[in-house]
Formats: sequence, structure tokens, C-alpha cells
Amino acid sequence: MISLKFILNGKQVTVETEPSIRLLDLLRAKLNLTGTKEGCGVGECGACTVLMNGKAVNSCLILAAQIEGSEIVTIEGIANGNELHPIQKNFLKYGAVQCGFCSPAMVLSAYALLEENPNPTEEEIKDAIAGNLCRCTGYKQIIEAINESAKELTTR
Amino acid sequence: MKNLKIINVRFFAQTSSVLRMTGRELMKKKFSVVGTNVIREDGFDKVTGRAKFADDYKFDGMLHAVMLRIPETHAKINSINYLEIENDASIISIITSADIPGSKKVGMIKNDQPIFCDEVVVTPGDVLAMLVGEDVSRLRSALSKIKIDFSPLPVLTDPKKSLEPDAILIHPELGSNLIIHHPLRKGNIEKGFDESDQIIEQTYTTQLIEHAYIEPEAVIAIPLGVNGVKIIGSIQNPFSARRIIAAVVNLPLDKVQVIQAQLGGSFGGKDDIMCILSARAAVAAIKVNRPVKIRYTREESILESYKRHPYILNYKVGFTNSGKIKAMKIDILADGGAYCSMSPFVTWRSVVQATGPYEVENVHTDVRAVYTNNPYTGAMRGFGSPQPIFANESLMDEIALKLGITPYEVRKINGLKAGSITATGQKLQNHDVNLLTVLNVAAKDTDFLNKWKKYKKDKSIVKKYDFTKSVFNDSQFIEPDQLIKKGIGLAVSYRGCSLGAEGIDAAACYLSFQNDGTAYLLSGLAENGQGLRTTFSIIVAEELGITTDNIFYLETDTSRVPDSGPTVASRATLMGGGAVKNAAEILRGRFEELIQEEWKLKSEDEIVFRDNKILTTDNRSLITFKDLCKLAASRGINLSTIGWYKSPNVDWDEHTGQGDAYFTYVYGCQIAEVSVNLGTGEVYLDKITAVHDPGTVINKLGAEGQVYGGVTQGAGYGMLEEVTTENGLIRELNFDQYLILTAKDIGEIKPIFVEGKEIYGPWGAKSLGEPTLELTAAAISNAVSNATGNRFFNLPLNLEEVLLGKKLRPVEVKRGSLR
Repeated sequence: MISLKFILNGKQVTVETEPSIRLLDLLRAKLNLTGTKEGCGVGECGACTVLMNGKAVNSCLILAAQIEGSEIVTIEGIANGNELHPIQKNFLKYGAVQCGFCSPAMVLSAYALLEENPNPTEEEIKDAIAGNLCRCTGYKQIIEAINESAKELTTR
Repeated sequence: MKNLKIINVRFFAQTSSVLRMTGRELMKKKFSVVGTNVIREDGFDKVTGRAKFADDYKFDGMLHAVMLRIPETHAKINSINYLEIENDASIISIITSADIPGSKKVGMIKNDQPIFCDEVVVTPGDVLAMLVGEDVSRLRSALSKIKIDFSPLPVLTDPKKSLEPDAILIHPELGSNLIIHHPLRKGNIEKGFDESDQIIEQTYTTQLIEHAYIEPEAVIAIPLGVNGVKIIGSIQNPFSARRIIAAVVNLPLDKVQVIQAQLGGSFGGKDDIMCILSARAAVAAIKVNRPVKIRYTREESILESYKRHPYILNYKVGFTNSGKIKAMKIDILADGGAYCSMSPFVTWRSVVQATGPYEVENVHTDVRAVYTNNPYTGAMRGFGSPQPIFANESLMDEIALKLGITPYEVRKINGLKAGSITATGQKLQNHDVNLLTVLNVAAKDTDFLNKWKKYKKDKSIVKKYDFTKSVFNDSQFIEPDQLIKKGIGLAVSYRGCSLGAEGIDAAACYLSFQNDGTAYLLSGLAENGQGLRTTFSIIVAEELGITTDNIFYLETDTSRVPDSGPTVASRATLMGGGAVKNAAEILRGRFEELIQEEWKLKSEDEIVFRDNKILTTDNRSLITFKDLCKLAASRGINLSTIGWYKSPNVDWDEHTGQGDAYFTYVYGCQIAEVSVNLGTGEVYLDKITAVHDPGTVINKLGAEGQVYGGVTQGAGYGMLEEVTTENGLIRELNFDQYLILTAKDIGEIKPIFVEGKEIYGPWGAKSLGEPTLELTAAAISNAVSNATGNRFFNLPLNLEEVLLGKKLRPVEVKRGSLR
């Protein structure tokens, strides 16, 4: 067992864990943060996306031990209580959610994009979510929602 | 087929609610909620990560189960020796066929699929037994210690050989590999060909594809002692699952409670497989008396779950020089794989719709589904329609080219109109037959005719390469300005709504108002991500003049609402929505009676439900809806009800393929605009214009979402997706090899709705989910043909198909998740 210290959704945490488990398992099984999903386990579908030091990463490809000292943000850390983040609000407003399995990861990829690039072009939005597979929506309403969020966040 | 008996009951407008609905509709000038953008009911939970999918549930004492398989396609199991793991403390129980108290074989139509295959394996996904314990990784390592003695059997993977006299039998007890044969005979086929000036004969093939829902299968069974078992899972059809679980664990239906967790995509795919996984989990949970979870990895999901049927389609069509089709002879062979599953129903839709939406006097169709050792095939969004549409819509373009007319003209000449007789002998009536309308709207919106003529090539412009020579000559190089060629193509379809002659077609809904004006709503149909909860909430809100935020949609649970059949066949809005409207009307009637009495109104027609208030037609405000509920409750009025909607009867003669197959139809036209890279064979989707008549659009955001998603899936089917097998073993077991479209692969999609009149469904709302998918591959293929001058007969149009006219199959290449 190893002891890991890191920042999770803005709070300093320390957890004891086997060194061999994935960040995805640490979040889901140990910390009960089930908003992070497993779709493929090989880094192709992006459903397990979380933010690590501000970057969108596949938590199925990261060993828990690698996050020592990092800042991790999961979907549970995006809304402020029941007050949704503008990206989340726009996902609902533009119909960007159907089954919802990929939605937490999509929101996080969008979040990482807009932190780094507040005025993305449509191509840049597509690039940012190219690693997140969605089988329901055809991505159109997701792209619209992210585009609208960018506008809202920059004019605030 | 048993459920497809000849039903000789005549078509009749059946419930009083149908008639009443149309009466109200005439009075209603404008909708207040229907057709507007409404935020989805489960949206907040889904964007915050609070939504609980099956794998997100945990219970005290919960165990896990892992599957025992062998990497064989067809083998006789001689013995399974568990000796080496008998003393392994990590294994709480070994679950085998001997632990099943009830049916050991199950199926949606035919009981041919064993829960555990301990005698013979007929396809690589088959599961022999299951290990149950606390730690999945320890269970998995124990699997390799089990000694399985088996004898490989000859393998049948070519469906064309499955009906040969000496073919090996997949299920010897059935005496044949034929799953089903649907004949259809109309008119006189020989006479039709005699009257034709020209004949085209063509073979088309379509590929095996995976649903690729992003959430892999998961289910938990919780034992309840004398009260049976409770199931929570990623289940598309909770009532189907309940029926199969009950048969397997030998319990009455009331002792099997099935709860649907939030479902992470299904597209027809979480039906049979989830019934079987649920049954396995239930057997284990009852045996060990602890909750048991099964959760599949992506590899297991693709390995074991059923897929879309590959079809081989032979078409012979005769037509006159003026473009009128006189005869169609169609022979279709569907690979059902190792189990029957939904093959009889999937291929039944094919036999009804195989000519495409055209008036053809003489039709002779045979559709057969056969067993092979390939992965089994069943329901998938589209359900037996994308395959014949690819064939018949390619064929229509070929006819046009042969006659020197446009794809638009040939469809206009032959397309179904009001009063037309379909291939099954059904007269199209009682609804707007909008085929030519959607065609016209799409053609006009895209400037189809001008673009088609401009891009058209008289012969193939794709370079032919001689790969035996290592050096290309000058004529094989492509000038940079000649690299990208544009093309445009169209496809049209008609689609029978709901189940048709597949079986009983009725749905229920529970609606209960509280004394503060809020309501609980629950349908017997299931939310699969398509937005049914929102659509149903809109229907209640519209009928009672309230806002959707007053409606709380309950968790889908077989113990709380009547069996409403499966959530399939694009029937939820039409059938389930009909039931919701019926429930809302029943309660509205009770409210109206009270209001009339209380305010001494002469007629219920003076009452208007609007903006959470009750008004008179002359705009006098009577009471808020909230206070009305309080008043009604205080008078002892029952504010809860079960709504019901039953389809009108249909009739079908299974020997001639004649009858009124479906009680109504929807129509669609999609136009694809593409750019083709002649150097690489890449097809870029510039724009898809999707014009659909789904009847009245209830949930606008949801309807647009259905179009975007359906077109994108259809484009994947057309250009990219394929599950290939080597001796029955699947190569593409994860998303590193099985490619679906990403955000970067799809161009503009423009949905246009033509809302035709319809007497059935809530305010005439019909079907949309499947029509959006079924057309796209055919439209893309016609567009690529327009761009290159080459025709394509085999899906998908991947790089090598476009460039070389054939598929390049990897040989002995192992990579990615295939080790």
C-alpha cells in the first residue's frame, strides 16, 4: 500500500491505495466518484476523462501513483452545488446530452479547452473533443454548446 | 413464425381516445409546450455525474462474477475440471448450468441460446460457466487454472453454405440451419419482366457492425429471499428481461423486479444480451444469497453481444424506357449467426420494405435468415432496413443512369403516393403520404439537380493501379487540382411504424397528481437516452397546461407500471406517448367535471388549461392548477390513473407476404454531399440534409438530436464500421480497431421536419429514431458514385473500397487489443 497526497476537486486529500491501480479505479472504487466512466479501458473512448493539472487526461491510462502532488478535477468538481457551470448549462440548453454516459467527460474536455483557449474555432472545439466518443448525438449539439459557453465565459 | 400468425382482423380506428384526440386537435390553434425546446428531464444528473448507471451501484456484501470461455468458434465440451481452483479462497462459488433451476435455454423468439454452454460452444462469445467472488482480478486469474477438455468441430462461417445439404448444423436438434424464410408474392413476376424494356441484375452486400454503445453491459442481482430477486441493470427492455430471468430462475413474474439504471446507449443492443446477463447474475445471487454484479469490459462486450445482420442482397429489376418499374425479384440472405435472437422480426421488416418506397406491380421476394458459427445478430437501430435501402437506393440510381434521367426523376415516377399499393398489397391511406414531399424539400434545399448534373462522371475517374509493378508511370499520378472531387447523392425511404405484425402492440403509463399540482409520471417504456422522459413530460404538460418542471419522472421498474412491450421499433413516442396522453386526458376529464360543477359552466369546451392556470374561453381566470389539485383532492377525486394505448390491428399472411403490415408509415429523404480524395480514397462528409416526416414533433431538441445522432451512426455504417472475423473470431474487440465517427469525421447536418397529418399517436406524432439512420449509407454511396463515376455494391465505403473496389483484409496481423 502507498499513501497518496493530492488535490481533488479543490480539497487536499490523502488516500491509502495499492500502487498498481489506475486513477480511474481510485476515483470510482475508493473515492466513490462514479461520474468518471469506463468505456474501453484502453484510452480510446475518453469516457474516463478527468483534469490533471488542468489538462484533460484519460484516467484509465494513469496509474494512481502518478498523481502524487497533482491537482485532479472530476465532473463532481465542476458545478457549485446545484449551480451548474455555464458549460453544463449550455449542454442542457443545446440538447448536447442523450444517454449521458460520455457527458461528464465531454464537459471536462470542454472545460480544459476553454481554460486554455477561451475563443476556440469550431475546428479547435472538434480537436478538443476528438478523443471523446459519443454514439448518440453526432456531436453537433455538443459543439454548439461549447461554442456558446466560450462566448458566455469571455463576455462575463 | 409463431408470433406472426395470420391476423385477419380488419383495420379499424380503435380507441375512443384516438377520436377524441383529433377532435381536440381541431380546436387547438397552437401548442404551448409541444415543439418547443425543453431541457431534458434527466439532464442535470447527467451533466453533473450524479446519474447512476448500472456499474455505479454498489451494495453491502456485493460479489462479482467473471465468465469462463474458450477461444473456439465451434467445439464440443467433453469435460470441465475445476479441481485446481476448488480450494481457492477467492472463489465463493462456481456457477454452472447445473445451478439453473428453470429454463437452461432462452431466446426472444426461439429458445435456442443456453445461459451456460457446457455441452457445445457454437460461437466464440459463448460462456461455459461463471466464477463468483469478491475480487475481479483474482477471479480472472483463476479462470486460467480451469482445465477444459474440448474437441473442435467443423466451423461454418459462410451463410451461403449454410443451407447446402451437407452443411454442418449449428443446432442439430432443429434439423436445419434455416432460422426463417419470409416469402412475398405480388402480381405476376414473369409478366412484369416481359413488359419491361430493360432489366438490371445486381448483388449487394452489407457488413457486420457493432452497436458501440459507450457504456459496456453491467447488471446487479440482489436476492430477496422468499420475495425473489431484484435486478438493476443497463437493460433496454426491462419487461423482456423479467420474462427471461423468471423462466431461468423459475420464479413467477411478480417475484422478479427489474429496475433500469440510467442506460448508457443501446440502439437495440442491450436487449437479448442483457436478459442473459441478468439471468446469470440472478442464478448466482440466489445461489450464494448475496448481491452479484456482472460488468463487461469492452472486449467482452464486443465478443459476446449481438450485432447488425450482414446481408447478401440479389436484386433483379425490370423497367420501361420511360422509367416505370414493372417487376422486382429480390432474394436476400441474412447471416443470423449462432442464435436466432430477433432474426425473424428483423428480416420481416426487410421483406415488407425490400422494394423501397415504390409502386411495383409485380414483386417476388424471398428473405431468409440462417444460422452460422459467426457472432449472432439481432436488433439494431434500423432493424432490417438499412441493408435493403442500400441495395434498392443504389439500384434506383443505376436505373436513372441507364435511362439518362436523374435520380430525382426516377423516384418521382415510381414513388409511393396517397392511395398507392405497397409491395405487401397495403393501400396507403389515412395519413399524409409524404414521400414525394420530403424528396422535393430535400432536392430544393440542396439544389440537388444542378449539383448532381455538374458533378456527374460518365465513366470512372479512379486510377487503376498495377500493384505487381513497383514503379508507377506518369499517367498514374494525380494532378493536385484533380485530387478532390465533389459528389451529391440521395436516398429515400418509407418505414412502417412500431411493431406491425410482429406482435401485440400496446403501452401503459402511470400518472399521479399530488395535491400541490405536481405529478409523478412513469411509462412502461424505457428511457434509453433518446429523451422519452422529456417527451412524455411535454405531453402531460401540454394536455394540462402546466410546465414540465411540475412533473417528476419515476425510475423505470417492472413492479410499478404495466408491461408495455419493448422500447423498440421507434414506437415510444407513438405508442408510449399515446398512453401518456390517454392518462392526461382521463385526469383532465375529472378536472373538467369538477370545474364545470364548481363554476356552473355549461360545457367542458369553455375550459382552458394554460400557464399553470384554468381559464374560460373568454379569458376569465378561474383557479390556479395547483389550487385545482388541492380542491379536487379535498373532494375525494382520484388524481391518479393508468393510461393505455393500443395500436389498431394489422393483418399479415405469412405464406404470400401480403397484408396491412403496419398501421401507419413515416417518410424520409437524405441527401449527402461529399468530397472524395482520389489519392487516398477518403470520403469527407461535407453536408447531410435530412428531411423527415415523423408526424408532429413533440420534443424539438430531442428530435434534432435523433437526426444528428442517427445520421452520424448511418455515416459510420456507410464509410467506416465493420466487425471482421477470422474463422468466426472477431478481430476488432475494442475502439482502437473498431472505429466509430469522432467529432472531426462528420460535416454539417441539416435536419428539416415535414410534419405530416396522422390520426394515431399523440397529436399525430409518429417515429423518428430509426428513419434517421437507415438512409445515410445509401445516400453517401450514391454521392461517392456521383463524384467518381464508380458504383459501389459492398458496404462500407472505406478507403480501399473507394480506391480499389475491394476490401483489404489483414492476414495474421495482430495488434491493439487483440494479442
